Amino acid sequence: MSTQDPEERTVRCLVAKVGLDGHDRGAHVIARAFRDAGFEVIYSGLHKSPDEIVQAAVQEDVDVLGISILSGAHNTLIPKIVDGLEQYDAFEDTLILLGGIIPEEDRDGLEEMGVGGIFGPGASMEEAIKFVRENAPER
Amino acid sequence: MSQAETAALIDDLLAGKHRALARVISKIENRAPGYRELVSELHEHTGGATVVGVTGSPGAGKSTLVDKMAETYRERGETVGVIAIDPSSPFSGGAVLGDRIRMASNVGDMDVFFRSMSARGTLGGLSTATTDAVKALDAFGKDRIIIETVGAGQNEVDIVGTADTVAVLVPPSSGDDVQMLKAGILEIADVFVVNKADLDGADRTVKELKEMVHMRDASPLAGTAGHHGADAGRDDDPTGGADDEDDGWTPPIVETVAKRGDGVEEFLGTLHDHREWLASSGELESRRRERYAEEIRRLLREEAADLVQTEIDTRGGLDAYVDAVVAKETDPYAVAEEVVAPIRNRIEEQQ
Repeated sequence: MSTQDPEERTVRCLVAKVGLDGHDRGAHVIARAFRDAGFEVIYSGLHKSPDEIVQAAVQEDVDVLGISILSGAHNTLIPKIVDGLEQYDAFEDTLILLGGIIPEEDRDGLEEMGVGGIFGPGASMEEAIKFVRENAPER
Repeated sequence: MSQAETAALIDDLLAGKHRALARVISKIENRAPGYRELVSELHEHTGGATVVGVTGSPGAGKSTLVDKMAETYRERGETVGVIAIDPSSPFSGGAVLGDRIRMASNVGDMDVFFRSMSARGTLGGLSTATTDAVKALDAFGKDRIIIETVGAGQNEVDIVGTADTVAVLVPPSSGDDVQMLKAGILEIADVFVVNKADLDGADRTVKELKEMVHMRDASPLAGTAGHHGADAGRDDDPTGGADDEDDGWTPPIVETVAKRGDGVEEFLGTLHDHREWLASSGELESRRRERYAEEIRRLLREEAADLVQTEIDTRGGLDAYVDAVVAKETDPYAVAEEVVAPIRNRIEEQQ
């Protein structure tokens, strides 16, 4: 039926902008690169609240939730998203990635909260795509 | 997936767990092992929802209208499921599914279950997946289900065929689009919506559509070109209502400005009228029967295709046959016969 290898499941990603920051060039670039890598990408649009992101991630049953934050509010927003996912039993099998401006000293804390990977400025597309392919949760 | 897992997933879905519903739809989309059992289990729980298909050219305002529809249904206390279908790249298989962005009125409301689906390059399979996903939403207990898809051709026609009522959106000043509509989309419309009715040219589009609907009814082919192919039951159908066409339903033309929510109530009223007509004319029953018949046919075709594919694989794939045909050693008909003959023989042996 499909031209794709049936063994290779289509990876679904939500690319999300959360909070007040209005810079989504990076999110757009990522969305395109993921699409070209053969992923299905849902883009959230700008200025979403953590609740909205959780709703979208749960309903769309995404494998990967990529969150872009350039406002510095990651330590406030990420826990809310993680809590929301847990509430819907969706935390365990969603790979959370974080992109944007994340200071070095915050990274360990975020990873402890459940962020699977952090991609800051200078990270390459290939790197991010490879990471997703290797770490997308088994279902 | 084991039987126990299937049962647990179905139980969770029926208990109203969003995660289970989302996962079931994923399994349907992926045609994951065990999805057939899942859908089989769902069937008996379906039938409670009304299903509306919304289609139209890109940029007609489908997503925005669907958002407002969902909002209005929610104000009435009804739960809503939306399946939005976007094309995928035939090259990478990837897709950017953008309809969700427009669902601004229903964010944070879990009782609007919005799901994006991509065509995944296999449109035939997509109508199966859509039908099955609608079943999942129906069994979950959604009151209203909306299927949203770009109206571009026969495949989309098949997809919206899953719906009881089909609304076709037409943007104003789209003379050429109206031309395009004639080529198939016209026949599937139960309701026309001229969206962005505040723009110049809306009146003209309404007029053009009216003419077209009128012409359709006047045509000797009227009633035979319907996608539901359910005309058999119409002979004994007492023609009610204002029009005296034997068809019994003339697609109304509704004007909306979805962005502002103008005309949405009227649009939903028209959908309701159509639904009432379906029920009272017996059309609902005959459409449902036709849909199930089509679903069975489609599944049988798919199963048969799989059988043949297995047979081809065991014979070393199609390429060798293609080589032989190119070299004029054999021809496509002979190849088809060679592949199918053993399957046919086995069937005949069992009879």
